[in-house]
Amino acid sequence: MKYTKYVASAAGLLGLGALLVACSPAEPKLESGYDFATPETQAMQDDDFSNPGFMWVDIGAEEWATVDGEAGKSCESCHGDLSTMKGVTTSYPKYNADDKKMRALQHQINNCRTEQMKAKAWKWESDQMLGMSAIIKNQSKGMPLNVSIKGEAAPFYEKGKEFYFQRRGTLDMACKHCHIDYPGVKIRAEVLSNGLPNGFPTYRLKWQKLGSLHRRFRGCNSNIRAEPYERGSEEYTNLELFLTHRANGVAVESPSVRK
Amino acid sequence: MSTKSTKTAVLERRQVLKGVGFGALALAGTGLASREALATPEKATEYLAKMTGGAASKEGRVTVKLPEIAENGRTVPITISIDSPMTDNDYVKSVFVVAEGNPSPEVISFTMSPAMGKAEVSTRMRLGKTQNVRAAAIMSDGSVFTGTKQVKVTIGGCGG
Amino acid sequence: MSKKPRVKVPKQAKAGELIQLKTLMSHVMETGNRKDSKTGKLIPRQIINKFVCKFNGKEVMSAELQPAIAANPYIAFYAKATESGTFDFEWTEDGGEVIKASGEITVS
Repeated sequence: MKYTKYVASAAGLLGLGALLVACSPAEPKLESGYDFATPETQAMQDDDFSNPGFMWVDIGAEEWATVDGEAGKSCESCHGDLSTMKGVTTSYPKYNADDKKMRALQHQINNCRTEQMKAKAWKWESDQMLGMSAIIKNQSKGMPLNVSIKGEAAPFYEKGKEFYFQRRGTLDMACKHCHIDYPGVKIRAEVLSNGLPNGFPTYRLKWQKLGSLHRRFRGCNSNIRAEPYERGSEEYTNLELFLTHRANGVAVESPSVRK
Repeated sequence: MSTKSTKTAVLERRQVLKGVGFGALALAGTGLASREALATPEKATEYLAKMTGGAASKEGRVTVKLPEIAENGRTVPITISIDSPMTDNDYVKSVFVVAEGNPSPEVISFTMSPAMGKAEVSTRMRLGKTQNVRAAAIMSDGSVFTGTKQVKVTIGGCGG
Repeated sequence: MSKKPRVKVPKQAKAGELIQLKTLMSHVMETGNRKDSKTGKLIPRQIINKFVCKFNGKEVMSAELQPAIAANPYIAFYAKATESGTFDFEWTEDGGEVIKASGEITVS
């Protein structure tokens, strides 16, 4: 009698444990948007030549070696060959002590331009910025995302997380309603994905051009009838940190091709 | 304004709505909404007949490859291949591609030569809605062959 | 965005071998049917309307493009390798501007 009681309570504990695991926000390995795409879209991405995102990679390659600004420098003057950028972006967004906040790759590029090169900052969605971020991220293609949310980054991660779970807009929806609750399920004719940032900047068939992650955020926010934030804003940069951490371990695909 | 003229105005408006309402509704949101008349299967046929000089055409030898369902109508990969040896004596001279449900039927045309060795071309097209895409090939002996493929175009839930 | 073509020509091939040529041209392919969301005016048509590929000066293939071709027109096709030489590619834009690119092949 006593014995069975122990077994029952052990089973109960196990059950509780299983329940906790099921409820825990730590999810199994998430799939890239690539895995949700049709074979035709995947094929377009698979071949670096047929992937139209590489037109911007070409722009990035040209800009890397182009001297600009009063300091008479190019990216190459300080960093040397592009291959030195391998693995660099997997840890972005990154906390910056001067700014006392997170820097997305674009912030870092513009910081190099204004501080080191004494050149004009690029607009977030300009062809040069898209090209430069695409070619730098492309150096880490195939490497797993690996951002840190420890130490100084922790409060920014919390803010990003809060944004992700916050209902907003006329439709009163949070990011998580589509991308955590329903990946793989259709919303009208659209298949929802995990909403990961590993392929950005991405060539969207809909945009017919390369576009930034923050452009996509603006689109998502407008879709749920919420007021979008500015590209490069603190809100979106913190959200990028949360998303990238969520995607830690998923391989970089930039520039990817998406519907 | 008299009652009578108001009534006439309403009627006119109704007639206009009846005439264009459905077309405008069908196109809204596709990004291809056009002030021009829509292409129809008949208009596509008419255009192909004009381009092929009215020669009798046969189904076959032309394969139009398109996805069953296009993820986004703004960029849809298409491949047209024609069964031909592509030799100096027997080759494909030209190919005309038409869409039955776009703002206008013409999509692209190709002038080919035996130097190609293989009569197959790929490109990416825009599709306003679910429709048939047809291709007609004029062979070096003057014969005309055609192929058709239906492609479903979905309107996604997420714009952005 | 600047109009810059990308072409892919195999560097080497055997005589008689079938090779695939791929081209990509950065261009918005403005249809002429779209309205400016701010002014409500039609945006004039501006597309690449013609593409020609020549090998050692002789035409291999040409295409006439319509607004139904997607932005950043991609055209891939085949050629039979016969001798070493140059593939020349030309894109013509509405208004007459011509953009050129080329690629060399060594045939053994």
